[in-house]
Amino acid sequence: MNFTHSEDRQMLADTFGRHLDQQYTIDVRHRISGSPEGWSRERWLGVAELGIIGALFDERSGGYGGSGFDLAVVFEQLGRSLVVEPFLGSLMAGRALAKTGCRSDLLAQLIAGETALAFASEEPQSRYDFVSLTTQAQHDNGTWTVSGRKSVIPQLEAASHAVVSASLGKDSAGLFLVELGKPGAVVSGYKMVDGGRGGDLTLDRASATLLTDNALPLLEEITAAGIVALSWEAVGVMDVLKKSTLDYLRTRKQFGIPIGKFQALQHRIVNVAIEIEQARSAAINAAAALAGPRAARERAVSAAKYTIGRAGTIAAEESIQLHGGIGMSWELPLSHYAKRALMIGHQLGDEDHHLSRFISLAATG
Amino acid sequence: MDLTFTPAEEAFRAEVRAFLEQNLPPALAEKIRTAQRLSKSDHEQWHAILNKRGWLAVHWPLEYGGTGWSIEQSYIFEDELSRAHAPGVVAFGPSMLGPVLIKYGSEAQKRHWLPRILDGSDWWCQGYSEPGAGSDLASLKTSAVRDGDHYIVNGQKTWTTLGQHANMIFCLVRTSTEGRKQEGISFLLIDMKTPGIEVRPIILLDGEHEVNEIFFTNVKVPVENLVGTENKGWTYAKYLLTYERTGIAGVSRSIAALKELRRIAQAQLRNGKPLTEDPLFAARMARVDIDLGNMLTTNLRVLLASGSGAAPLEMGAMLKIRGTEIRQEITRLARIALGPQAQPFFTPEGITAQYLNYRKLSIFGGSNEVQREIISKSLLEM
Repeated sequence: MNFTHSEDRQMLADTFGRHLDQQYTIDVRHRISGSPEGWSRERWLGVAELGIIGALFDERSGGYGGSGFDLAVVFEQLGRSLVVEPFLGSLMAGRALAKTGCRSDLLAQLIAGETALAFASEEPQSRYDFVSLTTQAQHDNGTWTVSGRKSVIPQLEAASHAVVSASLGKDSAGLFLVELGKPGAVVSGYKMVDGGRGGDLTLDRASATLLTDNALPLLEEITAAGIVALSWEAVGVMDVLKKSTLDYLRTRKQFGIPIGKFQALQHRIVNVAIEIEQARSAAINAAAALAGPRAARERAVSAAKYTIGRAGTIAAEESIQLHGGIGMSWELPLSHYAKRALMIGHQLGDEDHHLSRFISLAATG
Repeated sequence: MDLTFTPAEEAFRAEVRAFLEQNLPPALAEKIRTAQRLSKSDHEQWHAILNKRGWLAVHWPLEYGGTGWSIEQSYIFEDELSRAHAPGVVAFGPSMLGPVLIKYGSEAQKRHWLPRILDGSDWWCQGYSEPGAGSDLASLKTSAVRDGDHYIVNGQKTWTTLGQHANMIFCLVRTSTEGRKQEGISFLLIDMKTPGIEVRPIILLDGEHEVNEIFFTNVKVPVENLVGTENKGWTYAKYLLTYERTGIAGVSRSIAALKELRRIAQAQLRNGKPLTEDPLFAARMARVDIDLGNMLTTNLRVLLASGSGAAPLEMGAMLKIRGTEIRQEITRLARIALGPQAQPFFTPEGITAQYLNYRKLSIFGGSNEVQREIISKSLLEM
């Protein structure tokens, strides 16, 4: 038993962390986040050149990582620097290509930073349930098309392709690769609460490549990987929230003394710190379970996402409260970290969704 | 990162399990499973069984009769004990005084007292709290005045757990009133049969006699019973606290308790269905289940990071707070699960009594609010 990262992974984390500290300062981040594109192709390429995207995929797929703890070190750094580039969609869609062995050329382009991908499983009425699909796939004369709507896909406009889930009829679903911007695949984008952009995808007999006609086990595995990634991103975000709040408690004076001298505030920040340590443990458990048997993996990722949802909300709300008025301002980086912590709770299943799922998994497993 | 145990550790687990299957008296296990109180002879019987195997003082170095186990082994041992509903070791001798003597005691003290802890010759209790010194322990007033080869001790200790069984007490006493209050405290070993000592029971809210108050009137204690240096007792007490913390999260015990809770709730009906299928109750159980799964890893992270087996004070404090909150929530849910049946004084399996008794968890060993002070001091560095 050992809770330290391997030397290679620690080196990757340090290199990436230093790169982001120097190249992706909060001012740069805000400029990119608020730009019309909502991401930077140049930064994406720069990060790929560091080998960061390759760390998300295993050797068979042209990368050199892909395990739970590889995702962990990368996404923790993304959280620390509030990176808006299309990592989550690229991880999940890339994993679909890797696991099905399709389009290794596209995966190679992704790892090189020459393209970005999106993963579209959420629908307007699906509310985190990726099994009940209204998007339909059709097979005519040897070609596939998909029709339906997918919603709130992070950085959809940045992606060249999206991996889309679609129903194949009763109790059966497929995963498809759809090239965006082609007829029948219409993207409409918008700004997101926590920076960057997202989008909805309207599919009307869009031409599609079938990746697998047995999507459900794969969707579950890819979502698990996405949750491991988001959990570690949340850990990175929450560590910054905690550090900034501690700095503020030490320096801000009221009634003639630093406000960190007040017991009411001390106990609140301690509770936040305990929540964060528990969340880090949940993220460790989920990363460790990613390559393991299905039942244990799913329990661990639902436990982690529940924990992250809960802890993220507490960390965000408490750090704003402990900052007082200044915590409400757009100018302070803190509020942007708080928004990211909260919005992670809305991706791939919230606290209640995963608590309920954890209960059903316990009942069936 | 690697969250698995090695084959050698798994083999060790099997060895512990086999030992418990052969040596744990079923009557004792049943008492633990159903939260009944153990008698003095129950405790002594169990200590003797563990001691015979050399597993009573697991944290002591080998040379003093400990095990020399790794952190993982100690954890596995505790885990198997909990799983089998084996009694815990009464901490005062083996887990609290023993490590202090090993680190700060004289050779003569170690040679004399350590074997007596192991073979059960002495039952130790802890003389820390006083009526005016609870969370503010350093303001304790029980005095020890040097008189030739003796200290003369006067004062009162309280909340002395299982003091009614003890023949020895380790006490924090005031030997100086000069300087900071922490600097005038000494660590003294006192024979309970010395004239001038009176033990009175305190009955707790569950109706049980678990704790006592102890009065000292001109009690003569030989100077060779001073541990370490006079007026340095606070340092030893703090060391003892870091030691006490390593098992304080009680994760394995909570896992066993959660399993029992599930069994209890399964037998209760709501709307004709087992309570475990009630969405509101199931959600409360799942929350604590997840929190406990996280705590399991937090606990191991802290233990392995600390290496020596003594956790940094602030990390130990986190374990204490969350570990006791989890355990209290499990006893709360068990009480709620009983519904109207929680009211009779003798509830099935002592569930309400245990719920009431376990209010103590967030109070003793430094209240959870004092733990928050310890953590905030370390976080804020101010």
